[in-house]
Amino acid sequence: MINPEAKLVPNIFESDIISKPPRDGFGEGLVLAGEYNEKIVALCADLTDSVRMKMFKERFPNRFFQIGIAEQNMAAVAAGLAAAGKIPFIASYAMFSPGRNWEQIRTTACYNDQPVKIAGAHAGVSVGPDGATHQALEDIAIMRVLPNILVEVPCDSLQTQKTTLASVEINKPFYFRFGREKTPLFTTEDTPFEIGKADIYWLPKPEAKKENTVMIVAAGPLVYNALLAAKELEAEGIDTYVINNHTIKPMDQKTLINVAKRCCGVVTVEEHQKMGGMGSAVSEILSQHHPIKMEFIGISDRFGETGSPDELMAYFGLEAVDIKEAVLKIIKL
Amino acid sequence: MDTINGKIKKVSTRKSKKVCVPETVVIKNSRISALDSLSCQIRQDIINMLLEAKSGHSAGPLGVVEQYVALYFGGVLNHRPGEPDWAERDKVVLSNGHYAPAFYAVLARAGYFPLEELQTLRKFGSRLQGHPHRKKLLGIEASSGPLGEGLSQAIGLALAAKMDGKKSQIYCLTSDGEQDEGQVWEAVLLAGKLKLDNLTAILDRNNIQIDGYTEDVMPLEPLKEKYEAFNWHVLEVDGHNIEEIINAISHAKAIYEKPVLIICHSIPGKDVDFMEWKFEWHGLPPNKEQAQIALNQLRTLNGRIISEDS
Repeated sequence: MINPEAKLVPNIFESDIISKPPRDGFGEGLVLAGEYNEKIVALCADLTDSVRMKMFKERFPNRFFQIGIAEQNMAAVAAGLAAAGKIPFIASYAMFSPGRNWEQIRTTACYNDQPVKIAGAHAGVSVGPDGATHQALEDIAIMRVLPNILVEVPCDSLQTQKTTLASVEINKPFYFRFGREKTPLFTTEDTPFEIGKADIYWLPKPEAKKENTVMIVAAGPLVYNALLAAKELEAEGIDTYVINNHTIKPMDQKTLINVAKRCCGVVTVEEHQKMGGMGSAVSEILSQHHPIKMEFIGISDRFGETGSPDELMAYFGLEAVDIKEAVLKIIKL
Repeated sequence: MDTINGKIKKVSTRKSKKVCVPETVVIKNSRISALDSLSCQIRQDIINMLLEAKSGHSAGPLGVVEQYVALYFGGVLNHRPGEPDWAERDKVVLSNGHYAPAFYAVLARAGYFPLEELQTLRKFGSRLQGHPHRKKLLGIEASSGPLGEGLSQAIGLALAAKMDGKKSQIYCLTSDGEQDEGQVWEAVLLAGKLKLDNLTAILDRNNIQIDGYTEDVMPLEPLKEKYEAFNWHVLEVDGHNIEEIINAISHAKAIYEKPVLIICHSIPGKDVDFMEWKFEWHGLPPNKEQAQIALNQLRTLNGRIISEDS
């Protein structure tokens, strides 16, 4: 059952649920943040409309800087601005930032420990027709290995807005990724959200048995698919927890370990390479503190393809049916 | 005293023992002569640091000394060594972090930290990391080592100063080999676009990099014209003439609506004869014997002068 404390939208499984691009949440969040904090500046690499920085640019033209198609320069200029007390947001497609400018982020933002906020747009295969060159599937892996930085993967448009606002309050480098396409808007203003805290969105029946309960740990818009899978599994008598594990670094070890102790296995779900991603991070924690059977949903060591987002989600096995299968596999193991 | 002629002058600088000024050089005023002496002392600091560290870069740091001395001691930099985080300070971004031995020695001589600490370069627990780290030592505005990133960060600082209405000048210390990096040209484009007249890059044109001479590895010329084409104002000076460098830095402050590049033509390994112009000394430290020879040459300016105590 949906965890009532999660305060998700009431029509979560209805056909009239609203869908909204997560990038819109970033654009709205950045303007809101800019309204109350004048230290915020925004830098973009020739994708101002696409990554939704345009609203900020129009509202605060003197605090927006067009860097041109130069992501490496953008990251380091932002570090210089941060060194002078500004709170810079840099935005591009995740494939180019942090894809292209990883070392600049490492040295000038992370090693210097400057609070540069890196917004990685168009993350995952759901970018669709642009194809593999534009589908960031490695960004979580390359960001979560860097000291000093925080890594966040919000689950919908509203949570992307909350993430944007929350990042301002953290005086550290901060990476967050979000997608291009419309995805279900299933959280509400009242849904608990705190950086570093994983949230339980789905609960097993009170009388659930451990050997029949699986923990699904998801990040990004696929949390919604995990909830769809949980609902179908419940109808088949299989209990699950669904965790929105939005903070990749620092990950909420306590919640993951506590919930894992009540389950017979874990399925991780992400729109990212299985290697080095959120699932790997969960596995690093559980293998040390509570070894348990695990299945990983994600991209299996390959590049994306051109296609519609729906076609690609099906082709790469990121749908509710795939999550369900992984859970059943755990139960049968 | 405007000219030294005939006699050797012995100058004492703070905490240093003795510094020699060459008799053969005609020096225009006493301030410059003192700075030449200081440069000679800093070269000895560099040799001593590298000998103790047993690794590090020799040629570039030896060649750049007058440029850093002109900036930090020439009366052009608005800074407070005793209060390195003073909010109104001019900011210096060292972009080519492997020049750390020269940079640290100049900071120490300027009073940013005790001279004794120079001997901890590259050692475990030292604030003087092999390549400078901002969080270890006040006076370092940005960590460096990976090339081509300093100018971008200096742009960020210059932009913020403009936004905040501050009068601070932002200096980026860079060198020629670093110009191979694509990011440098992204930054050069942007600084020209933003008309950052509070930004001055001081470029050590010593013509060497690790693999050879710059014009063999990757030709940079015409470097002046390249920057000018990107809407920079460019000055060229003798990189060992402190007065010229000071004048150029002052000149740069007066340039309106353009960032300024000062190309300082220098000799790598300057004043140590077996290192001069040898790209092989880019990334090598001297051994004990070589250091002894180098120190002797520096103390006597290669036999041209005789120290009073010898």
